[in-house]
Formats: sequence, structure tokens, C-alpha cells
Amino acid sequence: MDAKFDIQDLNVYWDGNLLLKKVTLRIPSCQILGVIGPAGSGKTTFIRSLDRMNELEPGFKMEGRILLDGEDIYAPGYDAVTLRKKVGMVFALPVALPMSIYENIVYGPRLAGIRNHDQLGGLVEQSLQAAFMWDEVKDRLEMSGLRLSGGQQQRLCLARVLAMEPEVILLDEPCSGLDPISTAKIEEALTALKKKYTIILVTNNTKQAARIADQTAFFLMGELIEIGPTDRIFTAPIHKQTDDYVTGRFG
Amino acid sequence: MRIRPRYTQWLAVTILGGATILTLAVLVFIIVFVLEKGLPVVNFGFLFTNAEDMGRAGGIFTTLIGTIVLPLLAIIVAAPLGISTAVYLTEYTVETRATKIIRFGTDCLAGIPSIIFGLFGFIFFVTTLGLGWSILSGGLTLAVMILPTIIRTTEEAVKAVPKSYRQVSFSLGATRWQTVKRVILPNALPGILTGIMLGIGRSIGETAAVIFTAGSSLRMPSSVFDSTRTMAVHFYILAREGISSENAYGTAATLIIAVLAINLTAYWMMGRFIAKRS
Amino acid sequence: MSLIGEKGVRRILSITAFSAISALLLIALFILTEGLPFIFRYGLHDFLLESDWDPQTGKFGIFPMVAASLWVTFGAMVVGAPLGVAGAIFLSEFVPKSVMRVVKPTIELLAAIPSVVYGFIGVMVLAPLIRTQLGGPGLSLLAASIILGIMILPTVISISIDSIQAVPQSYREGSLALGATTWQTIHMVTVKAAKSGIIASIILGMGRAIGETMAVIMVAGNSVRIPESPLDSVRSLTANIALEMSYATGLHRQALFATGVILFVGIIILNSIAIVALRKRVYKK
Repeated sequence: MDAKFDIQDLNVYWDGNLLLKKVTLRIPSCQILGVIGPAGSGKTTFIRSLDRMNELEPGFKMEGRILLDGEDIYAPGYDAVTLRKKVGMVFALPVALPMSIYENIVYGPRLAGIRNHDQLGGLVEQSLQAAFMWDEVKDRLEMSGLRLSGGQQQRLCLARVLAMEPEVILLDEPCSGLDPISTAKIEEALTALKKKYTIILVTNNTKQAARIADQTAFFLMGELIEIGPTDRIFTAPIHKQTDDYVTGRFG
Repeated sequence: MRIRPRYTQWLAVTILGGATILTLAVLVFIIVFVLEKGLPVVNFGFLFTNAEDMGRAGGIFTTLIGTIVLPLLAIIVAAPLGISTAVYLTEYTVETRATKIIRFGTDCLAGIPSIIFGLFGFIFFVTTLGLGWSILSGGLTLAVMILPTIIRTTEEAVKAVPKSYRQVSFSLGATRWQTVKRVILPNALPGILTGIMLGIGRSIGETAAVIFTAGSSLRMPSSVFDSTRTMAVHFYILAREGISSENAYGTAATLIIAVLAINLTAYWMMGRFIAKRS
Repeated sequence: MSLIGEKGVRRILSITAFSAISALLLIALFILTEGLPFIFRYGLHDFLLESDWDPQTGKFGIFPMVAASLWVTFGAMVVGAPLGVAGAIFLSEFVPKSVMRVVKPTIELLAAIPSVVYGFIGVMVLAPLIRTQLGGPGLSLLAASIILGIMILPTVISISIDSIQAVPQSYREGSLALGATTWQTIHMVTVKAAKSGIIASIILGMGRAIGETMAVIMVAGNSVRIPESPLDSVRSLTANIALEMSYATGLHRQALFATGVILFVGIIILNSIAIVALRKRVYKK
């Protein structure tokens, strides 16, 4: 199968510290890749490299190549803004921008130049449907996004990403602050979304990866220890560290 | 011996509360004092007739115009410069030698006495550029004077916008400028307006820098190249030279009311703006 | 996409960013060209440390004015800074939000009251009070200190409140949850986090006090003498310039610009000290 992302020998430094070492992997499209590992293992640094969010911070330096559909996204001529329109990101903490639900969702499309009112309205409905929250908010789209609950805000963030019609969705521990019901709703949405999107889900909850990821990658101390079909990673890992982690002996 | 936290708490609240009440009392006293003495003088005729006999008689109409025009010119020049400087410093650069120098320069400029601005404006705008004692000289001098205030307050306001908003905006494919325009400036607006209000307030109240650059003509200006007199200057001259303490109080009361009106309008606008967003 | 484009915006912003520093350099250039030649001719030592100021006989010693300026500023800080910071802490931490919404605008409004109005109140109310209660001429160093101290209150309070309110609520909650009292939280967490803003507010207030001219002319009495007591009449550097500029010519005028140079240089030095101190504190964290 064709790889959506092809990551080759990725090294990432932060203020001179090596945070990711020689990470090499291929991420197939239309699947959920779960990325697991203890705190500080480099998971977040890894996915933030995939839409060049890292480079917004001073002190970031990288080596190696990251190819998206065969194109090097760190090549000098590659526009980070274009990249981020293709690769959406949901952050660990839900961040509704201080504007209405409607405005939150059309933020991305408007930036992309969509002005047509009906088209925007359609996008809002579609994305909210896909994030399983249309019924909850359809009558109060003008309400401030800040007044939603945490779980709703996170689904709003997901909907906001979907409205950009990206190709890849990155999620950085999206459920770490949420209750089990909200978590279930997000997982349900993701499972439905993988038909259309490549999803990379960083999670500190190994069970979550086991539940919904097709493939799982295990990171430790900045290194990719192993990657494989989720079933195999959880039942018959090759490396002892992986086994220790997924069975809960550490981390 | 360690004093128990609860007593320090009680002590702190008492001292802080006392200080606050004293502060407010003094400030309120000043306003009430001026309004009580001045308001009886203020009426339609006082506001809209020109001063006669150096201000001993008549009203303050021309100084009212001067007070509107000078700060307006100052803000039109200083606000765009100040806001863009602050945005550049906070959003477009990391700390480098250049930004350190800019910050240092801004801080120094903020500390420069208004009389120095007066001297500078006199030598530079009035004499060297040949603008004479004029609205233009005065307005530009005031603009230089309030520039650091606007830069600093805007910077604080921009920094206070949560970092996560920027991240979200970038991750949704916004460029830096789009992020600034759509997320940062709207969220920093109350703080920026505070800075602008402080700037207007300082320009309205300024005397030293204005006398040396805009002069103190009581005639109605017909262009920005004419000299003018602001209410603050008028008040100073009336009070200092003992021309008419009655008209001095009247001018002071008008000044205070004008400032009050501007501030209330700004707060009303800001309130509506915030209500719309949350 | 905007018409100018991302790069254009960046360029425009980077150019405007130099507006403040260019203004500063321009001011320095013009004040120095007008004032420095005089200082070289008269001698910096004599100019700064002689106590005779008599333009008619060509004596231009500004030491009394230097001393007066320093004392008045010091006095204003003693009056204004503690009151202002205390007020800001109390208003932002102990007072209900609804009260704040009324009080803060009121205080900001006060920042806009012209300094001459404060000066006038000093003449009409404070000076007579000092004359009858404490003696002396009334128009004095003490009167100037108090009036300037009050004048800088709104600046100090308003900016301090802004920086205290910018401290995330979670810091406070974190501290309170650990069993700290409100006051412990304030001085150990909130004020520390807001420190740079509070210091900035005091520096801005100080700048206003040193630079104030008209209010000082009105209340300080304007005698050229080295103050021996707070009740003495004094003349500040700023007052000296403003009082004599309108009729000064020739050497006298140059001497006034030279006074401006001293003020300017003094302020730059003071600011530099403040800025360095502020930076050190930030690094300590």
C-alpha cells in the first residue's frame, strides 16, 4: 500500500537536546496509527513535526526527511501554511477560540478563501455531523465556543479541523482531559473518519490505541522501538520494552 | 517567631484596603472639588463662544477645538506605529539584539520628560522643519510622546493572548499575519484601547510640550499650520497668571467631563465587543 | 490572501518597529547639538555642581535644581508607589468583579486628568494646609512630592492591575488548593508572576514624576536653592527650563538646552539601571 507519510531518519533537537533519534517509519493512508509511549518519549514532538508546528518555537532543529505523498515537507520551497491545510491538528487541551461555534468552524475555510455563505453553512453542518455533535449544538451555533463543556469543545476542535477538509488528522492526546463518555464519542467519530482520512493518534492511554488503532507505534526515550498491526503489538511484541509498557509494567 | 498566616492575612487585607480607600478618596476628592467649583461656570455659552480679554471673559470654544484636534492627530500618527511595533516585537521576532535595542529605546522614550519633548518639538518641528507653532508641530510632538505608552500596553495585551490560540490558528492553516489579524488583535483589543485611552489622556492633559510646539494662540485655527491653544494650556495660563480663577475652574471641569465622556464611550464600545465574543 | 502578502507585512512591521528608537535618536541628536556646546564651554563640573544660577551675570550652576528634582521624585515615589501597588493588589484580588468594573475605569479616567489640574489643587488646597499646619511657605518640596505622588497613582494602579489580572487563575487555584491563605497566594504566587508588569508601572510612574513640569512649577515654589527641609521652596530642572525658556536668548537659552541635556542623560541612565534590574530579576526565575 502507498504510504501517506514517509519519515526517514528523523532527528529532532530542541535547544541542542536530541529529542527524536533516527525515527524511520511509513504511515499508510486511511488508517488510524496509534502512537504510544511514556511521557517524554517524543510522541508529541513527533506528530508536531508532521505539520511543522515545532518550527514555530525557537530552538527547534531537525534532520532527516518527512515526505507527504512523496514530497519533502521541510524542503525550502514547501509552504508550511499549505501543509497545515492538508494536515490538521487537534491539541491535548481543547481550545475553542473566543468566538461563536459557527465562527470557530469556518475559521479554517475562510482562511482558505471560502466566502460563500451557503458553502460555509454546509461545511459547518457536515463537520459537526462528522464529529457527532450536530444535534447537540445545531440550535445554538451563535453561542460562544467557550461556553461548551470540555468534551464538546474537543469535538468542536475536531469539527474545526474537518471543516478544512484535510487529508491527515493529527491528534495529540485528545482525550487526556476528558471523561469516559466524551472519550467514547471521540473514538466513535475517529473510527468513522478513518475511511476518508489518515489519522495519527498520540495517546497516553494504551487501551485507547488497542481499541481503535489499526497500527500502533511505540516510542521510548526519543526512539521508535517498534511499529506494527495493533493486535500484534499488544499480543506478541518483538521487543521486551514494548511488552513491559503495554502490559503496564512501567510507564 | 513566625506570625500566624491568618493574622498576616488579616493585617494585609487591612493595610491594602486602607491604602485603596485612601487612594480612591483622594482621587475622588480632586474630581469633586474641581467639578463643584467649575460646573456652575460651564454652560452652552461658555463652551461655544470664544475667549475675550485673554480669557478673563467669554468662553473656551477655540481651546475646545485645539483639545480635540491635537490629540486626534497624535493618535492617528502614534496608534498605527505603536501597534505595529508591538506586534512586530511580540509576534514576528524572537529576542535578538535588534529587538533588545528597540525595547530599550522604547523604555527610554517612555521616561523622557515632556519638557524635553517640548524642547525637541520646538527645535525640530517648529524651527528646523519650519512648521512654526502649529497644530502639526504639536500633534507630531505629542505622537512621539505617547508612542511608547501605546507600544508597551499593546505588547502586554498581545502577550496576554493565550499561546494556544496561536497554535490553533496556525494549525488551521493561517499565516502569521492572518493569525495576528483574526485572533491576536481582536483578543488584545481591550488592552490596546486602554493604551490608546492613556495616550489620548496624556495628550489632552499635556501642557509643557504643547506650549512650546503648538503655541497658545486663542484664535480659531484655519489649517494644521496654525497655532492653537488646548484647554490644558488655557487652564494653566489662566491659573498661573491669575487671570480668572472662575474661568480656570470652568475649563478644568470641562476638561474632566470631556475625558470622562471619551473613556465611557471607549468602555461602552469595549463592553459591546466583549459581549459579542463570549 | 492579503494584497501586500506575508513578506510585505513583515517588512512594513519591521520598519515601523524602528519608529520609537528613531524618535529617541532624533531627540538625542537635537537636544545634544543645542546643549552640548554650552556644557563644553562652561565646563560640566561647574555647570552641574555650582550653586549659583544667575543668567544676568552669566552664572549657570544647576546643582540646586538637580538636588530638587531628585528629592521631589524620591518623595513622589514614597507617596505614590506603595499606595498604588497596594491599591492594585487589593482591587484585583479582594474586591468583587462587579466593583472592579466600576473602579478601574474611574482610576484610568484619573490618569487622564491634566497634571495642571493636580497642580492647581496643590495650590488651592494642599499648600495652604502645609503652611498653616507645618509652617514654611506652603509651596514646597513636600507639596510637590505629595501632588506628584497622587498624580502617578492612576498610572501605577492601572498597569499593575492589568499585569496582576493577566496571571492565570490556575496559578492562584493551585496555591489555594495547597492550603495557602489568599494573602500567601498573593505575595508568593500572584505578585511574583506579575512582577515585571508591576515594576514597569512604577518605572512609568517615576518617569512621569521626574518629567512633570507644570504641576511642579505651580506647587514647588520655584526658589533656586538646595533644599534643607521638605518645607523649603524648590525649583526642579524641568521647571527651570519652562520658566525661563520663553524669554531666554543667547547663552541663557543654550544653558537651558544644556539643562535639558542633563535631564535627558540622567533619565537615560536611570532607565538603563531600571531596565537592567528588571532583566536580572527575570533571569533569576
